[in-house]
Amino acid sequence: MARFIAWRIAQLPVILAVVYLITFGLVWVAPGSPYENNDRALSEAAKNDLKLRFHAQSWEQFLTYYPWQIVRHGDFGPSLSYEGWSVNDILRSSLPVSMALGLVAVFIALIGGSAAGVTAAVRRGGLLDVLSLGMALVGVSLPAFVVAGLLIVIFSDWLHWLPGGGWGELRQIVLPALALAMMPMAYIARLTRSSMLDTLGNDYIRTARAKGLPRWTVVWKHAFRNAFLPVFTYLGPATAYAMTGSFVVETVFNIPGLGQHFVNGVKNRDQTLILGTVLVYAAFLLTLNLLVDIGYAVVDPRIEVEARQQ
Amino acid sequence: MKPEIRNSNDESNSKFKIRNKGRFIIRISNLIRHSNFEFRIFKHLRISIGGGILALLLGICVISLPWTLRSSSDFYFDRQRADSALLSPQTHSPWLWFGTSMLGQSLLGQCLAGGVISLTIGLAAAAISVALGVSVGLVAGYRGGWVDSLLMRIVDVLYALPYILLVILFKIALESGLGKALHSSAGANLVVLFLSIGLVSWLTMARVIRGQVLSLRTLPFVEAARAAGVPGYRIFLRHLLPNLIGPITVYATLTVPQAILQESLLSFLGIGIQKPLPTWGSLASDGLGLALAPVASCWWLLLFPCTLLGVTLVALNFVGDGLRDAFDPKREGAKV
Repeated sequence: MARFIAWRIAQLPVILAVVYLITFGLVWVAPGSPYENNDRALSEAAKNDLKLRFHAQSWEQFLTYYPWQIVRHGDFGPSLSYEGWSVNDILRSSLPVSMALGLVAVFIALIGGSAAGVTAAVRRGGLLDVLSLGMALVGVSLPAFVVAGLLIVIFSDWLHWLPGGGWGELRQIVLPALALAMMPMAYIARLTRSSMLDTLGNDYIRTARAKGLPRWTVVWKHAFRNAFLPVFTYLGPATAYAMTGSFVVETVFNIPGLGQHFVNGVKNRDQTLILGTVLVYAAFLLTLNLLVDIGYAVVDPRIEVEARQQ
Repeated sequence: MKPEIRNSNDESNSKFKIRNKGRFIIRISNLIRHSNFEFRIFKHLRISIGGGILALLLGICVISLPWTLRSSSDFYFDRQRADSALLSPQTHSPWLWFGTSMLGQSLLGQCLAGGVISLTIGLAAAAISVALGVSVGLVAGYRGGWVDSLLMRIVDVLYALPYILLVILFKIALESGLGKALHSSAGANLVVLFLSIGLVSWLTMARVIRGQVLSLRTLPFVEAARAAGVPGYRIFLRHLLPNLIGPITVYATLTVPQAILQESLLSFLGIGIQKPLPTWGSLASDGLGLALAPVASCWWLLLFPCTLLGVTLVALNFVGDGLRDAFDPKREGAKV
């Protein structure tokens, strides 16, 4: 176990380095420079300052000086399109927002999805079964921005329950998190349902019921713990979805998160901002996947960690 | 009189009813005999209903191309009419059936032309994912050793990046070269969209195929072929590939809806398809603001593209999941 974790942690910097190289390569081939067609026009002085401090137009810098700065000082350099901002400033202000949103969404999806899935499996064809199926259908068939828009119309414009945008209050996180959680929640519900159905057919469930344990004890303690495994593996992709889905949801709800900055960085060819955001995203996702893998080995002791390594 | 008879049939003797309904149903009655009939019927119906809807939609969109692409036609997707902007759907002339857009284009024409582009994006992504994913998976799984490690690490790294992040990066990287090569920015934009979405959708395929090949190559028939001196490429083509048709079809089918959704997100973020060309996703994202406006909602701008998009995606997922269940009886039913 310890060897497996150490090996995976040792891989992280290598993978991040490759991610850096790939991103740099792709961004570098891209045409345009942050100094031209920028909708936030920089002043002449700012441009000169940037050019002096940071030669964004020379690729050698991106392979030597710049990565060295990141490793040594954790400094992603100045943003090339936001005047007076460094990439670190942008990350510091927007990463917590995106992470909070994403984690709340995954939490909602996990709790709501597994509860709905278990109920749907126990009461097949019941209301929750049909509802989770319907939601899963909506999740795969409508773009996230449409779902988000409909949520705003229903809960904000019609019912006036929740604010339809902005950031800062606790109330404002509900709708965007729900919009983000919709798809993974429906998927988790279906996943839980099908694996619960498999598990509930086992002999040991009948034994547990036969010796007189209450129904819901059997369902939650005996069946659900085994049925949870596929859901657990889906947590990695679900978080990835919640974080990238936030690109769209942040735009719809006007939330100052990382996704918006990345999209703006792409539009403005802001190389340092793109590199910074991609690295942070990748580091976050890699860490999460690692945690999920470790957690998986803990939850299911049958799994040979060494075998998963291959 | 008749409904009563049917009712009693339903309750008492479903087998009798089924036998009377011809060849297609007889097959289902065979399946019923093997238990769990509810899912099996659903499974096969899912594939045929989904496939039927898809064929119908694609057919209508393609057949209407001569009209939607001819600039003199009422249905031309980019025929702008200053005097008839944002008309709600009307039944008196066909081009007004879906209403008009903000620039007075016929939304029906736009939806038809957009359908072709949306579906082409999906199919192109599926084609790329089959070509790249299958070859990477085959080579990695069959060769093993350092080739396998190298290829799978590449896949791991690409997996570590969020899907849409990669699409965007590929897109901005490819745009310049192709724009120069094709001398047309609209064409280049379209091709780049196909490529960038396709280039990220082969990862799952590669992993699945590799896993299959790993288990296939230890089987006696592959060993026998190798012992008989069959060259590597022939083992690929004659012995491994036919056994992989199942997963390839399934994952290719499931790639199509993903790619279509991906494109709609790109269009929404303003880095998708370029303006006059429509896709269902870009039409929906263009109409979003006007359709959700609290007063004087232009609901048709959202309803029609979204319905078409939704129906297509559900149908594609039905076909894909149905096929997966059909090829892999162990994963019976249950998933959407």
